[in-house]
Amino acid sequence: MAGTIAIKNGYVYDPLNEVNGEKMDIFIRNGKVVTELTASELKDAKEIDASGKTVMPGGVDSHSHVAGAKVNGGRMMRPEDHYKFYQKKTPIAHSGCGYSVPSVYLGGYEYSKMGYTTVFEAAVPPMEARHTHEEMRSTPMLDMGGYLVLGNNWFLMRYLKEGDIEKAAAYIAWMMKTHKTYGIKCVNPAGVENWGWGENVGALDQANIHFEVTPEDIIKGLTELNEMLGFPMPVHLHANNLGHPGCWEITRDSLKIPKPVKARPNTNVEWAETKMKPQRHESVYLTHCQFNAFGGTSWRDFESGVKGITDYVNSHDHVVMDSGCVPFGDATVMTGDGPAIHDLYVLTGHKWSNTDVECECGSGVLPFTYLKSNPVHSVQWAMGLETLLYVKDAWKSIMTTDSPNGGPFIKYPQVIAWLMSNKARQDTFAECHKWAQDRSGLAAETREMDLNEIAIVTRANAARTIGLAHSKGTLAVGADGDVAIYDLDPKALEVSDYESIIRAFENAAYTVKGGEVVSQKGEIVAIPEKKTYYSDIAISAEDEKNMLNDVKDWFKYYTIGFNNYPTPDKYLANPTPIKIDAEV
Amino acid sequence: MAEVTLKPTGNFDLTVEAETITPDNFAGKTAEEIGKILVWQGPEEYPLANYFDVKGDGGSSAEDTTIVVDGDVPRVKRIGEGMTAGKILIKGSTGMHVGAEMAGGEIVVEGDAGSWAGMEMKGGLLHIKGNTHDHLGSAYRGSWNGMTGGRIVVGGDAINQVGGGMSGGEIIIEGNVKHFCGIRINGGLIVVKGNAHRTVGAEMTGGTIVVGGNIERFTPGFELEDVEADIKFEDIACTGEYKKFTGDYAIPQKGKGTLYVSCANNECL
Repeated sequence: MAGTIAIKNGYVYDPLNEVNGEKMDIFIRNGKVVTELTASELKDAKEIDASGKTVMPGGVDSHSHVAGAKVNGGRMMRPEDHYKFYQKKTPIAHSGCGYSVPSVYLGGYEYSKMGYTTVFEAAVPPMEARHTHEEMRSTPMLDMGGYLVLGNNWFLMRYLKEGDIEKAAAYIAWMMKTHKTYGIKCVNPAGVENWGWGENVGALDQANIHFEVTPEDIIKGLTELNEMLGFPMPVHLHANNLGHPGCWEITRDSLKIPKPVKARPNTNVEWAETKMKPQRHESVYLTHCQFNAFGGTSWRDFESGVKGITDYVNSHDHVVMDSGCVPFGDATVMTGDGPAIHDLYVLTGHKWSNTDVECECGSGVLPFTYLKSNPVHSVQWAMGLETLLYVKDAWKSIMTTDSPNGGPFIKYPQVIAWLMSNKARQDTFAECHKWAQDRSGLAAETREMDLNEIAIVTRANAARTIGLAHSKGTLAVGADGDVAIYDLDPKALEVSDYESIIRAFENAAYTVKGGEVVSQKGEIVAIPEKKTYYSDIAISAEDEKNMLNDVKDWFKYYTIGFNNYPTPDKYLANPTPIKIDAEV
Repeated sequence: MAEVTLKPTGNFDLTVEAETITPDNFAGKTAEEIGKILVWQGPEEYPLANYFDVKGDGGSSAEDTTIVVDGDVPRVKRIGEGMTAGKILIKGSTGMHVGAEMAGGEIVVEGDAGSWAGMEMKGGLLHIKGNTHDHLGSAYRGSWNGMTGGRIVVGGDAINQVGGGMSGGEIIIEGNVKHFCGIRINGGLIVVKGNAHRTVGAEMTGGTIVVGGNIERFTPGFELEDVEADIKFEDIACTGEYKKFTGDYAIPQKGKGTLYVSCANNECL
């Protein structure tokens, strides 16, 4: 029977279900986790002996740049990223190439080999949604979705300035359906619009040109609207001033803005039977904290400012964040924050690209290499790990590299090793610039994450944060049958032998998706069906009609016609709307 | 020193990708085994014996092995790619990518070489007695990391993008170059004894370029520092008077490269 499998005798880590390394069996029938299989079902089912192995829910990456115009821009401008990192085709898998910006096929395969089954694209500019969906549709092995970039949107800035909240809510709901996207991304609020005039914003109360809204207005407005509409995930915030020494303060102050906003996710779905409450309670999801946590005042006195942010996160419950770790080596920096890319160009002189997405947002791409010999890069390496190790409650953090900004996602096993093994960190300190020790607190940090915490920061909390714990990030009954089985015996684990941790997480012994073994020890063995999630928010027809009159009127500022703006369903692989009953 | 001779016999209708012709790869193999080494030609792989008459066995190590290509092979590419030791003598002209990424040993080309000779070279000596084409000692497509070590000597001319992205090693050209000589270099030395057309040292942030002839269109972004006579870089001597410039100041990184230009041949500067 397809999608039916028994995984026996593994050590299971399912944090959302409060299972911490217990030896138990996992049963999946027709792609969903069940309590047991009948004798006749067992006879036909595939059985995996997972004894002596680590069993986790399939990995969930809640922030990765894997599809769309900006990723493709990275591919086009980086032939040197491609010709030494490639994979030949197999009878079932396509060929592919690209180290930090892999082709869609290779990207899907590489994620699957590491045990990941769900990946969300971190930034979808509305006008590029169709392109993003075309690439997501062609990315095998993964269930996907994307966050719509709305932090510098002309329509929203105007509605926020005029205080027209009903129309703003109607606009966001309509945009999510129109572009088949899942949540709200807010990149350098008010600043990217100023970049159209060669400027940026430097403070939360600085109004931008023409629209005269401040970053504070936008963060406050979007986080309130997000909860008014009942989105599955909090507003995903890329704070102002990113990548500038001293930016940690504006990041912390940005996190204070949504403190009074109460989380009200209102998704109408069937929830897996997790022991923990699977709904989020946070009103803001800060992304790539490391890049937003620079200390000092210049590159000369640059230091880690992570503690200023993690202290705030530790004492407040409305914030969750991902790390944006820097594992050294080649990366491609790509972001909706156009001015930040220009600053990097001035710093490095590398080739770069910048785009103004009319009326909506911007973006930029630049190749980057993080060197152990470089003082600033070494501190950034330490900072990425600080963002995860300083947060006392693992349920407030998610492990990412902001792939490919800090480094490609294929470096996750290396990051896991640093988190689990102090020796791994000390060995890297010995190889990298001494600023890593002098300008951060990581050298004194002795915390070593256990496998349960790793399961939280690599799947359970990523799924919970973006409101997908009804089916992802857990092995509770009713969840999707996505499982990662790693060749790592928790009873015999010596974290000082961190190479064994890297090896185990690099190539899962088995990756199971929807109850089917899809990759095995680094080899793709089946191409599963995939889903594309988006938020389908019900709002009043009246509000939508009023709002659309404005949108049609303002569409004269676009170079495309209104009828060509939406992304039709056919661009999505198995479109999976998440129904939301809005309160407006 | 063992010597393997490859006498070209034909079948070069499509170009041959011969990165397997290195002393490292031939060492420890008999002439017969060497003849069976596969190379790509278009979409197919064929043995070396399909193209060459192979005589002589490889030495016990790469250091001990000399390869003599006894004739013109302009349609054979990538000879000596990545070699670490030993010697290759090509008694004629060769195709693109000769000595690309080589890390040690010596290659002598008695005729001309195609584009990308010594591309991203790390060490060793590449001596081209004739002319060569574009991208000598430079970075490959898209990359900004060119040659990092070793020495390239060209008896004739090179064309465009000599030493692009170079950060170490030396390139000495007896003849002329065209455009973008030393673009984006941040280290190393390029000596052009003849003329250059334009954009010498564009976007350079380090390293040294010497032009003994005339630069037809001088790159904006350089500042005159001094005039020096008979400059010398270890064993490389450049006689005559030179104007010393620094740059390229036209880019945000405000480069600190050094460009020497012959006084006698550039009176208008």
